[in-house]
Amino acid sequence: MSKKILIADDEQNIVISVEFLMKREGYAVSVAADGDEALAKIRAEKPDLVLLDVMMPKKNGFEVCQDVRSDPALAGVRILMLTARGRDTEVAKGMALGADGYMTKPFSTRDLVEKVRELLG
Amino acid sequence: MLQSPVVISVSFCYLALLFAVAYWGDKRADQGRSVIANPTIYALSMAVYCTTWTYYGSVGRAAVSGVGFLPIYLGPTLVMALGGFLILKMIRTAKANRITSIADFIASRYGKSQLLGGLVTIIAVIGIVPYIALQLKAVSGSYDLIVGYPALIAPKEGGQPVFADTTFYIALILAAFTILFGTRHLDATERHEGMVAAIALESVVKLAAFGAVGLFVTYGLYGGIGDIFQRAMAEPQLAKLTAVAAENRNYATWFSLTFLAGLAILFLPRQFQVTVVENVSEAHLKRAIWLFPLYLLLINLFVLPIALGGLMQFAGQGIDADTFVLTLPMSAQQEVLALFVFVGGLSAATGMVIVETIALSTMVCNDLVMPLLLRTKALALQRERDLSGLLLAIRRGAIVVILLLGYLYFRLAGDAYALVGIGLISFSAVAQFAPAMIGGMYWRGGTRDGALAGLLAGFAVWTYTLLLPSFAKSGWLPASFLAEGPFGFEMLKPQHLFGLTGLDEISHCLFWSFGANITTYIVVSLLRSPTAAEASQATQFVDALKTTRPVGSALWRGSADPAELIALVGRFLGPQRAEDAFATYARRRGVADVKRLEADADLVHHAESLLTGAIGSASARAMVASVAKEEPLSLPEVMNILDEASQLRTYSRELERKSRELEAATSELKAANDRLLEVDRLKDDFMASVSHELRTPLTSIRAFSEILRDDPRTALPERERFLGIIVSETERLTRLVNQILDMAKIESGNVEWRVEDVDLKAVVEQSAAATSQLFHDKGVTLTLDLPPAVAAVRADRDRLMQVVINLLSNAVKFAPAQAGRVVVSLAQVPDGLSVTVADNGPGIRREDQEVIFERFRQGGDSLTGKPTGTGLGLPISRKIVEYFGGRLWVESEPGVGAAFIFVLPLENSRNGTPQ
Repeated sequence: MSKKILIADDEQNIVISVEFLMKREGYAVSVAADGDEALAKIRAEKPDLVLLDVMMPKKNGFEVCQDVRSDPALAGVRILMLTARGRDTEVAKGMALGADGYMTKPFSTRDLVEKVRELLG
Repeated sequence: MLQSPVVISVSFCYLALLFAVAYWGDKRADQGRSVIANPTIYALSMAVYCTTWTYYGSVGRAAVSGVGFLPIYLGPTLVMALGGFLILKMIRTAKANRITSIADFIASRYGKSQLLGGLVTIIAVIGIVPYIALQLKAVSGSYDLIVGYPALIAPKEGGQPVFADTTFYIALILAAFTILFGTRHLDATERHEGMVAAIALESVVKLAAFGAVGLFVTYGLYGGIGDIFQRAMAEPQLAKLTAVAAENRNYATWFSLTFLAGLAILFLPRQFQVTVVENVSEAHLKRAIWLFPLYLLLINLFVLPIALGGLMQFAGQGIDADTFVLTLPMSAQQEVLALFVFVGGLSAATGMVIVETIALSTMVCNDLVMPLLLRTKALALQRERDLSGLLLAIRRGAIVVILLLGYLYFRLAGDAYALVGIGLISFSAVAQFAPAMIGGMYWRGGTRDGALAGLLAGFAVWTYTLLLPSFAKSGWLPASFLAEGPFGFEMLKPQHLFGLTGLDEISHCLFWSFGANITTYIVVSLLRSPTAAEASQATQFVDALKTTRPVGSALWRGSADPAELIALVGRFLGPQRAEDAFATYARRRGVADVKRLEADADLVHHAESLLTGAIGSASARAMVASVAKEEPLSLPEVMNILDEASQLRTYSRELERKSRELEAATSELKAANDRLLEVDRLKDDFMASVSHELRTPLTSIRAFSEILRDDPRTALPERERFLGIIVSETERLTRLVNQILDMAKIESGNVEWRVEDVDLKAVVEQSAAATSQLFHDKGVTLTLDLPPAVAAVRADRDRLMQVVINLLSNAVKFAPAQAGRVVVSLAQVPDGLSVTVADNGPGIRREDQEVIFERFRQGGDSLTGKPTGTGLGLPISRKIVEYFGGRLWVESEPGVGAAFIFVLPLENSRNGTPQ
């Protein structure tokens, strides 16, 4: 059974590209366009990995990450944060909140695929 | 029962009782369970003020002048009621400096001057010895009177040899009593607990006795106070006594007597002794300030009734009114009462004599004899091992000498005027201490020379205007001295000096002596500034009630050998007591062994204060100086130390003020820093936002480019779709870069504005034309509501078009597709021309209506999805409008639509000066 990945990002074009990449790698993909939707889908679908944008409407990626990590039922969900805000403090914050990885936009598609593989492997 | 054996044995019994009380008091004190540590005892001991002069004399005075006796008690009452702070300051100063007499107080204040202490002692002795004589006379007179019972007039005394004179023995007995309780040991604090207890008892006895006579006369002989006064009113000569009659209405006399008595309660040596030296706790003063005046009131309650009763009872019998207190019960055959009254008089006399003699002997010893001995036989004295015995001997000798002097004066003066009027004369003598005392406690500028000169001047005038005239009235000086002045100089008539008439002798003396005393004190003090020693003592006294007063040790510098210091103190206090005192001191300093004490200024100061208690401040300083090598402080150094202390308060206030200012400055700085941080944060945020906005399209571009590169077999439709996204994201990136640069240029003021007359109507029409394709694509209706013509505004045409196009493209972006309607209207408004772009989109929530004008803060929510655009359009538009003096804002009803409005002033078009 293929691994499930949730892509949470409010940038339509980025979602399209990442969705394409993930599907090409054989993962099952679902999409969320804001924080609330992302959290709802995580709870409903229990994806193996969430590719989580930080700057989203309603609930930002950090908050989503925090909520997921504080819910024992979601312990198996891995989180890879993707963000255009690349400052060190942001990276540190993300890791401190329990993200499993952090990638800065724009990213190399190869690096992303590798990172996803690593996290799911 | 009033034969002399009975009277004598009762008197001795009474003295034995006093002895027992005093012995008990001392014993309790030695056990550390003080009986006088009680405010009531303290207040009662103050009543030593009431001597036989009060006990017998008040009635005599009332018989002559009615209420004229009252000022003697009014003064002390006022001083106690209003001058508590002065007494408190005296007590605290005396304790801090171990002062044991008023002479030492004055000497210590003016740089520990032996000369000044000696002068004060001499004045006190001259002023007080006759007063003691008066007490002896009263005791002897009342004794003669009572043993002569039933006769009411004592036989004329005189002529009998000294050794047959009862008064002589009375003096000796009192001397013995005083020696027993006044000089038991040389206490560092010179407190005499047993004596104070005995004095308090005496105050109770004399009040009780006087009250008993008063009650007997008022209710025994007469039918109450009303009855006495009624009968007295019936007799014209007595009637005038009951009222404050014309001759009693001499305000000058009333004032000066009140004033004098007020000073006496402070400066009589015996009052200083009980009030200041014997004070156990400052807190006791609180009760004394009302209890003592109450005592005075009680003891005066029956004065007038007794005086009037006596005058009516003995009309025409020639009985001395001074004896009414005793003769009234005698005439009524009340023998027990008479004996009680005699004992009361005895207590009034002994109380005064004992305390006064102790006070005077301390002064004579410490301020007269010791300095002379130390000076003249300095070497011999310093070789002596233990001087404490010598000190006690000197005091005991002084006691005997003072009492014998009193007796001598009594023998010489007899019934002469010089004795009768001595009460007020004594008061006037000690009143001379007032300027030096009060000035010293409140004026730093007073110097030793000023105090010496003032005392000498006041004392000289007192001698000339009061003492010598009393001698003349006694017949010891020719009467012409009074009547015509010395050698016939009218202007120098002692009681009408420089032609001053209309005052009684006391007021007259007070006027001239105080004038001379105060003037000389001030003028001479001002002649030179205080020396180092005077300045340091002045601060100790003037700042006595302040907490930051420098300790005496701060004002001493030098070196000393602790062993020598202990030996020195031991010579005066006795070796054992000195050892104990230093051991206590060492414990307080946390030093285990006395020998390990550091010979610092504090130790020297401690030794000096121990000595001060025993031999007075001036001698103590001299003795300490003989074993310690003092490096004298210069005046500037002393002033520095004093300034430091007295400025401490100023500094602390200053510090508080500074710290408040600092706090204010700090919070201002904090606010400024916060603003800077905010600016910094905004800049940071801006950079982060720019970075984010640039990275977002780049992410898509890179991702799709890599997808296309890595997988050339991508299907054609997909390939075209991905390439389309890449192109549009590139366009977005370009737009963003342009707008960021535009924004930066506007903000940094680097824009070249082409200001000209602009027709806003044309601008709106052209902008509408430029965006018509957008409207058409989305099926949104655009309506223009324009007037035929408008006035021109001064602005940059292209920039205004940028604004209108931005507003139009926003409107079309948010207007619903197909059903959207956008209306642009142009109108003249009071402050210029307004352009409104209204849509029927979702509207903007109130809380977002300002946010949307911030950079990168776009409107829109989940309903609209993420809006396209850079988030810089509105901020740039607002900058442009504001540059031309206008305003841009939004009005919106959520769910109905939004209207963006800008107004440009026409004013600008006239003066053509854009801001």
